[in-house]
Amino acid sequence: MSGEKGLLVSKIRDGTVIDHISAGKALKVLRILGITGSEGFRVAIVMNADSRKLGRKDIIKLENKYLSKKEVDLIALVAPTATINIIRDYDVVEKYNVSLPEEITGLIKCPNPNCITRKPREVALSRFRLLRKDPVVLECCYCGARVLGEDVEKYLEA
Amino acid sequence: MGFAGRDVLSILDFSREDLEELFSVADYMEKAVKEKRKLKLLEGYIVALAFLEPSTRTMYSFQSATHRLGGYALVFSSREATSLAKGENYADTIRMLDSYSDLIVIRSRYEGAAKYVADIAENPVINGGDGKHEHPTQTMIDLYTMKRLFGDIDGLTIGVLGDLKYARTIASLLYGLTRYKPKKVYLISPSILRIREEVRDTITRLGLPIEEVSSLRDIIGELDVLYVTRIQKERYPDPMEYERVKHAFKITPEVLKDARPELKILHPLPKIDEIDLRVDNLPYAAYFYQARLGVPLRMALLALVLGVWR
Repeated sequence: MSGEKGLLVSKIRDGTVIDHISAGKALKVLRILGITGSEGFRVAIVMNADSRKLGRKDIIKLENKYLSKKEVDLIALVAPTATINIIRDYDVVEKYNVSLPEEITGLIKCPNPNCITRKPREVALSRFRLLRKDPVVLECCYCGARVLGEDVEKYLEA
Repeated sequence: MGFAGRDVLSILDFSREDLEELFSVADYMEKAVKEKRKLKLLEGYIVALAFLEPSTRTMYSFQSATHRLGGYALVFSSREATSLAKGENYADTIRMLDSYSDLIVIRSRYEGAAKYVADIAENPVINGGDGKHEHPTQTMIDLYTMKRLFGDIDGLTIGVLGDLKYARTIASLLYGLTRYKPKKVYLISPSILRIREEVRDTITRLGLPIEEVSSLRDIIGELDVLYVTRIQKERYPDPMEYERVKHAFKITPEVLKDARPELKILHPLPKIDEIDLRVDNLPYAAYFYQARLGVPLRMALLALVLGVWR
């Protein structure tokens, strides 16, 4: 982790480190993970750190919180270069890249205002399938509307 | 994949073999109706017609189809007829309808409503049109009509004209045509009403040979089928522009003078003034025949989905 040089955030003993997040996207990543800060565990966010690989990057450290691959895969929507490190007793015991899942539920608002999933009195959760990976194209399973990867942030559910 | 117990949400869920099976049952139904045979295939069955957006043809043809098969149709003919007008949501209305019937046909102005209803209902759900998204049973009728008129859909040159952007019948028809091998499909519309990007992407990916043109006159002589939909006034903020476009895309005997004698004109109906009334009496007009096939086709679909066709 070259970006750690000179940072004020210390290593965590146990938990998850999300590294190599595209610079400036850390808050979006937390939003996708549904982490608000009120959960009780400690969260460190470093933004615009130096990175050999990316030039600049963001890093998130979650103390005593272990994220499953399924949970973190969703962050590939906004931070496809992110890497996940699972830390136990200061050692990296697991490391993986994120990859987009085939289906994404309840995270992205359908861009079509006339889609049934946009009707506030209905209980339909938004559901998108991954139509293409490069570039990312998602398709609403209900109305067929599409969201391009670059526009995903605009449509993240509040 | 068989039909029994299956939802009918998108025409893309059906293979060519499925459609051919459906058409052969529709042939049987049409003959039975013509011979005034009393069919009892749906005796003891209740079909809920939840038409939460106005409809005449689709609703009445499903109702007629149900009754012709000896079943009973529970009709909710508008939003007001249900508790939706009192503020109940779709989900609660559907749970109720699901428990009162064996199958639900849903028409809604919201895209994706049919899939949502199918998520909730335990019984099969048929999409009777959801917003601008799809209208799969209309497409089944359209394809069946072409097959009856020409014997085969493969090799036909088809023109699709009008509001290609917002008409659900168009999206479904183009998806349905990907199950066949037409020689060419011309998409004829003013530039602001061209097909939506997602529809273009899907049909291109599935290999449908399309060409977008903005005038019917140049290609009318090539067509076997001309499928017409209405260009709606509300798409045009400028009434003068609307009048110009309406005129340019109107089907008249004069426009048809270069047509092949075999040409057949289809229309999902209702039509207002997009086809000159004089065309109704020409041999080209096949839209009333198409509408007539709606009942036997929907009889076939109900019998297959409810699993009573053996």
